Amino acid sequence: MHEWALAEAIVKCVRDAIGDRGGVKEVCVVVGELQNIDLDVLEWALSELSKGTRLERATFKFELEKVEFACRSCGKRWSLSDVSLGDEEREAIHFIPELAHSFIKCPACGSPDFEVVRGRGVWIKYIKLEG
Amino acid sequence: MDPRTSIIAERLKGAARIIAVCSGKGGVGKSLIAALTSLLSSRNGLQVGLLDLDFHGPSCHIILGAKGATPAEDKGLIPPTIAGVKLMSLAFFVGGEPLPLRGADITNAMLELLAITRWGHLDLLVLDSPPGMGEEILDVVRIIGRVEALIVTTPSPLSLSTVSRLVQLLKSLKTPIIGVLENMRREGGSEVAREVKKWGVRYLGWLPYDPGIEAAIGDPVKLLNTWLARRLEEVLRGAGILS
Repeated sequence: MHEWALAEAIVKCVRDAIGDRGGVKEVCVVVGELQNIDLDVLEWALSELSKGTRLERATFKFELEKVEFACRSCGKRWSLSDVSLGDEEREAIHFIPELAHSFIKCPACGSPDFEVVRGRGVWIKYIKLEG
Repeated sequence: MDPRTSIIAERLKGAARIIAVCSGKGGVGKSLIAALTSLLSSRNGLQVGLLDLDFHGPSCHIILGAKGATPAEDKGLIPPTIAGVKLMSLAFFVGGEPLPLRGADITNAMLELLAITRWGHLDLLVLDSPPGMGEEILDVVRIIGRVEALIVTTPSPLSLSTVSRLVQLLKSLKTPIIGVLENMRREGGSEVAREVKKWGVRYLGWLPYDPGIEAAIGDPVKLLNTWLARRLEEVLRGAGILS
């Protein structure tokens, strides 16, 4: 239920951002593929946590961002579908995406020195207010 | 907007006091002192947490003998309790694998870990800080904010020189410094107390070099019975960390 913790962070962030400026109409959340978030669970948690707040009537829109890795040693770029991971490794990356650096290596040169160019984690793209 | 930064203060609000054991220099015994401080605090009746922020070389789980322990999932991560200490470490996830992280990755890993860990009520949260004065210190101060520094040095001029820089950095960041603890002191005198007083920082006392400590690593009961632990308990009382 890591999604609940993320939903708490999202709701708190939106509430802090809007202050007392009315109700929220829509929140767009970008979800990085690397974190392997269950969107149904996240949406349910957001809905539960929004009850009784200025987000109560808000629609949550999700944009899935595909992962792109770039090797700092040889310049190779690759995606998550090129990577083979075990269940425990996926679970660890689900909690802390940076743990990918323990389990993933460049498919071309084998270097662990790579960058997650995009698709890492969760962030709020925009908030639309009512009215 | 990054939602993680909003929730961290909420996650840490149950911690009455947050102390970072730091040095700037490696090999001075920070992890052992952080772990022993946690064990001693627990033995003195405090609710205590220990967060291993040394992502490249985590060792608190080894010192406490946390073999096989894992965080539980419940609306986030609940740290396992080892010998009365709630312990969180990335070692629970990566085992013995290396974790080669660069600066921005260290910041992200720290943010994520702080955002999802549910400590509950704590009288004291001890942070085992890695060596260095980059993300290791700057992020702790920026992200956690209300942290106090317990600085560890050895009598070596090499360690003292780095600690002098750390003191200057922490002062410029307006981070409260509890004091400087001298570790691994051998026979004879030391210049540490005199130097530390010149910096306007409290000298907390010294701990002996204890060659027998290695045999107690991984066994909290043995650790608490070491000469080192007894001396540290006196120092922590003097520093106001234990009453």
